[in-house]
Formats: sequence, structure tokens, C-alpha cells
Amino acid sequence: MITTMLYSLTGLILFGMGFYTLIIHSHPLRKILAVNVMATGVFLILVATAYIPVGQGDIDPVPHAMVLTGIVVSVSVTALALIFACKVQENSNLDLLRKRNHRKSMKERGL
Amino acid sequence: MFSSDTAVWIVFPVILPLVAGLLCFLFKRGTFGIALAAAIGNFFVVSFLIYQMLVYGPMRCYIGGWHPPLGISLRSDGPALLMLLMTAATGLAITLYARGYFLFRISDPLRAQRHKRQQHYFWPLWMLLLTGLNGLFLSADIFNLYVTLELIAISAAPLAALSGKPASLRASYRYLLISLIGSLTYLLGVVFLYRSCGVLDLALLQNLAGNRLAITTALVLLTVGLMLKTALVPLHFWLPPAHANALAPVSVILSALVVKASFYLLFRFWFEIFAPIISLSSLNFMGTLGALAIFWGAIQAMRQQRLKLMVAYSTVSQLGYLFVAFPLSMFVDGGQAWSIVVFIALTHACAKSAMFMVAGNVYLHLGHDRIKSLKGVRSSQPITVFAYGIAGVSLMGLPPSGAFIAKWMLLSTSFASLQYWWAVVIAGGSLLAMIYVFRVMSNFFVIPEGESSKKNVSLSPLLEWPPLILALISLFLGLISPWVLKIVLYKDSGLFAQIFQGGLP
Repeated sequence: MITTMLYSLTGLILFGMGFYTLIIHSHPLRKILAVNVMATGVFLILVATAYIPVGQGDIDPVPHAMVLTGIVVSVSVTALALIFACKVQENSNLDLLRKRNHRKSMKERGL
Repeated sequence: MFSSDTAVWIVFPVILPLVAGLLCFLFKRGTFGIALAAAIGNFFVVSFLIYQMLVYGPMRCYIGGWHPPLGISLRSDGPALLMLLMTAATGLAITLYARGYFLFRISDPLRAQRHKRQQHYFWPLWMLLLTGLNGLFLSADIFNLYVTLELIAISAAPLAALSGKPASLRASYRYLLISLIGSLTYLLGVVFLYRSCGVLDLALLQNLAGNRLAITTALVLLTVGLMLKTALVPLHFWLPPAHANALAPVSVILSALVVKASFYLLFRFWFEIFAPIISLSSLNFMGTLGALAIFWGAIQAMRQQRLKLMVAYSTVSQLGYLFVAFPLSMFVDGGQAWSIVVFIALTHACAKSAMFMVAGNVYLHLGHDRIKSLKGVRSSQPITVFAYGIAGVSLMGLPPSGAFIAKWMLLSTSFASLQYWWAVVIAGGSLLAMIYVFRVMSNFFVIPEGESSKKNVSLSPLLEWPPLILALISLFLGLISPWVLKIVLYKDSGLFAQIFQGGLP
């Protein structure tokens, strides 16, 4: 029982840490990693949940199925978020570049 | 066909758009045909399911023959089928409108290639989103609901980013992250619920939820996650930029359908599973947030300079009504609570899609959507402006629109239960809606002085008629309310009988 509690608490702490990072930091890669840490926390609690009927020596298979599904979802979502982050980064850099070029050309023309 | 396994028909609203979406990915040509076929097929299957329910009662389909608690099941009951019907009807209109929209954009030779690419990605994503929505309305398993929520997020965020502008990319990236937080919080709630109850099926959970700390935590987590996705006021910040920067057909989808899905789920949790442990103060808390949403959204809508942003903030405001129904729902008998919410949702879905389509048309016609310079649109686009007016009437909640029925029920309940402040909120919200709708309307009717040389782009009927028809549906929804009420009342079992036995006074 204590082991289960320990795992669950660790999961909750991971979830909280991920959430904190997601809110505080602005770097896109950190945000995506934070989401992954949050997801891992939830999965850890789920895996710990499977151990509950300790006395009979059997393990509940449903949480495992849920974790597997969750991992698949998490992987695909991470891929999507990474693509998004790249696109946003490219575009904002492009914006900056354009602005800089614009300024430079203005300066060259003596404006 | 009507043998014992007729429940199999429930699977089709999920399978049809899924297959169509995959086919749209495979083929380069004819994607519109595939999507249209799926949308029409979806509409007919949903109508058939409603007919089936009226004859045989609510149904359950055990997928693969596995019964709960182990298997996943789909079920059809009144509210679920009405939400499906809402999705199917607006979905059909959106499919037609999107076709008109992309044809118009592609006909412009300057950016034809880019718009062709957008259209190529639009159809499969839209079909997958439809799959997720239908799956969510039909699912009877809280983990399956998590998967459908993620499916919706995965297809909605790229749709919002489709226009490719930096602003929309940034908005949809934030939208994706927010939906991820929402679904992970939801998942944590599911874990808590599973830990304390040991089942995932909605119907089985109903009998298990007791007043324990773990279950209260689960309720809070589920509620916060879904509120984030529904964009209830303190958590609404992501909605206006994401909805207003998307392409016109995408704004329609996001605003009319996607936010309703998470709300529907929230309402189901509060009034079915957790009904025994919900206290009056928590209901009042939700109602207060709803009231804040009504006023804040309306005030922001009045201040906007762009038509699309105005319509997006109006969504924030209208979503508030759905939450004001929370504290009043416990004073009416079970079915009526659902019917209030379903009426608001149906009317808002039709009226708001009409409004976003109108905003898209105005943008195509003028090349901008600044509210101050909408002069002369009335004379060049009478049908579009008419659709805007009708949709505005429905949003304000004037009779005979569906929103009128809902607001009438809310008002009479608040008077009957001596809670006059909710009546003030509801009436005040309608007045504010009137102000922001008319502010645009009056600009439509201004006749420009002198110059009438504005290039007169005529819009195809595919662009003009879907919004008008949707607006008319939302207006006349009030007249067919007895049938809608009849459908809502078909429930799995006497679920609402349990509400008053539990913690509620």
C-alpha cells in the first residue's frame, strides 16, 4: 500500500512540476517537454493504480491498457506540437528578419 | 434490419467520417465529393437513429461484444442524439459553405496555389474532427471520452492554423497547448475516479459516486479541464484569437461545434454522475462564472473593431448562458434541465455558424472586416445581410427563436425559485447582445456617398444560402420545440430521479 502511495505521490508531483513549467517558461521546447512530464505523471499514477489488489496477487489489466493508449496519444500530440513550435519559430524569425531588413533599407535610403 | 442487433447503427456516425477522412488523405481529386457524401450520410444515419430511438427507446452498442466493465460501449439517448443532429446539420452546411469558400479563393489567380493546398488539407482534417465529435457524443466510457477529446484537439488545432498567417499560427499553437492541459487534467480526474470506483462506464459510475475526498478531487479536475476547453470566462483567453484568425469555415466549426462538445460532457458529469455530491454553492459558483462570461464577452464584443473578433467574443458571451443554467437546473425536473441547455446549444450552433459565415462573406466581398467601413454591403449582398439579421435575432433570444424558449424557461425558473438576480443577468445579457448585433447592422445599412464604384464581386449561392438556411433554422427552432423536448426526454433510465435523493435539498 505504501509503495502505491509513494508512486502516486511522485506522479502527482511530476504533474505539478510539469504544470508549473508550462505556465512559467516561455520557450516552446520547454513547454512541450512540460506537457510530456505532466502526461508521465498521470501514467505513473495509473500504473500504480493497477497494483491495488495486492492481497490476491493479481494485477488489474485495465490501467495498463489505458497507459498504452495514453502513450500513443501523447507521442502523436508531441509530434504535432513540435511541428507547430517549428512553424511558429520560423514565422516569427521571418517577421523579425523582415522588420530588420525594412529598417536597414530605410536607413540606407537616409530616412 | 430491426432485429436485436439494430444498435449496430450507432457505430456509423463514427465510421463514416473516419473512412471519408482517410480517403480524403489518399486522393488528390474529388475530396469534396467524398466529404459531402460522408456529411449527407451522417445526417441520414443520425435522423434514422432518432427515429429508431423514438420507436425502440435509448440503445447501447457493445463494441466487439464485450460488455462493461471491460468493454467499451456506445449509447444513444435524447441529449446525445440532439447534439449529434446539431453536428450533422451544421456539418452539412459547413461542408457546402467551405466548398464555396475555397472555390472563390482559388478563382483568384494570385494565390490559387496556396488556397488549393489549404483546401487539400481542410477536408481530411474536418472529417477527422467530425469523427471525434460524433465519438464524443456517443461514448459511454470516460477513458474513451479522453481519447475523443484528444482527437478533437489534434484535428482542431491544425485546422485553426490552416491560414498560415503568423498570428493564426501563434494562436493555434497556444490553442493546442491549452487543449493539452485541459485533456491531461481531465485524464487525471479519470484516474482518480477509476481509483475510487474501479469502473469507467458512465452508467456504472452513476451508482458509485459517493461523497469522498477522491471523488470530489476527481470532480474538480474534470471540471477544470473541461472548463478550459469550453472557454468559460477566466479561462477564455485563448478563444478569440484562435477563432478570429482562422479561415472562415474553420471559425464556424470551432465556434459552433467544438466548444459545445466539452460543455456537453461537463453537463453530463455534473448532472448525471456527480449529481449526488454537488452542492448548491458549487452550482452557484458555476452560475456566477457564467454571468461574468455573459457580461465580459458582450462588453468585449462591443469594443471590437473587426467583425470576426466581435463574433468570437459573442461566443464567449453566449457560452455564459449555458453555465447560468447550472444553478437553475436543480429547481426544474430532470428532463427540463437538459432541454434548456440543448435549446441554447442548438440555437447558438446554428446562429453562430451563420454569423461566422456572414463574416467570411463580408471579408471575401470587401477584402477586410473592419466594422466601421462596412458601408453599402446591404445593397450588394442582400442575402448575406438578411442572414446576419436573422442570426442576430436568434442570438438576442427574441421569439420565436430557440434561444427564446431556453431563456423563457430560465427566467420562469429563476422567478419561481425566488432567485431574481439570474433573471437580471439573462435579460441584461440579451440587451447587450442587441447592442453589439445592431452596431454592425447599422453599418451594413449605411449607403455610401457618391462612390458606388466598389468592385462588385458576386458570391456563389454556396456561400450565400448555407448561412441563411442555418439562421432560419435557429429562428424557427422555437416553433418545433415540442418535438425537440420529446426527444430530450428519452433517457437511459430514470437518471434524474437520483438527483434529488442525493445531496441536493
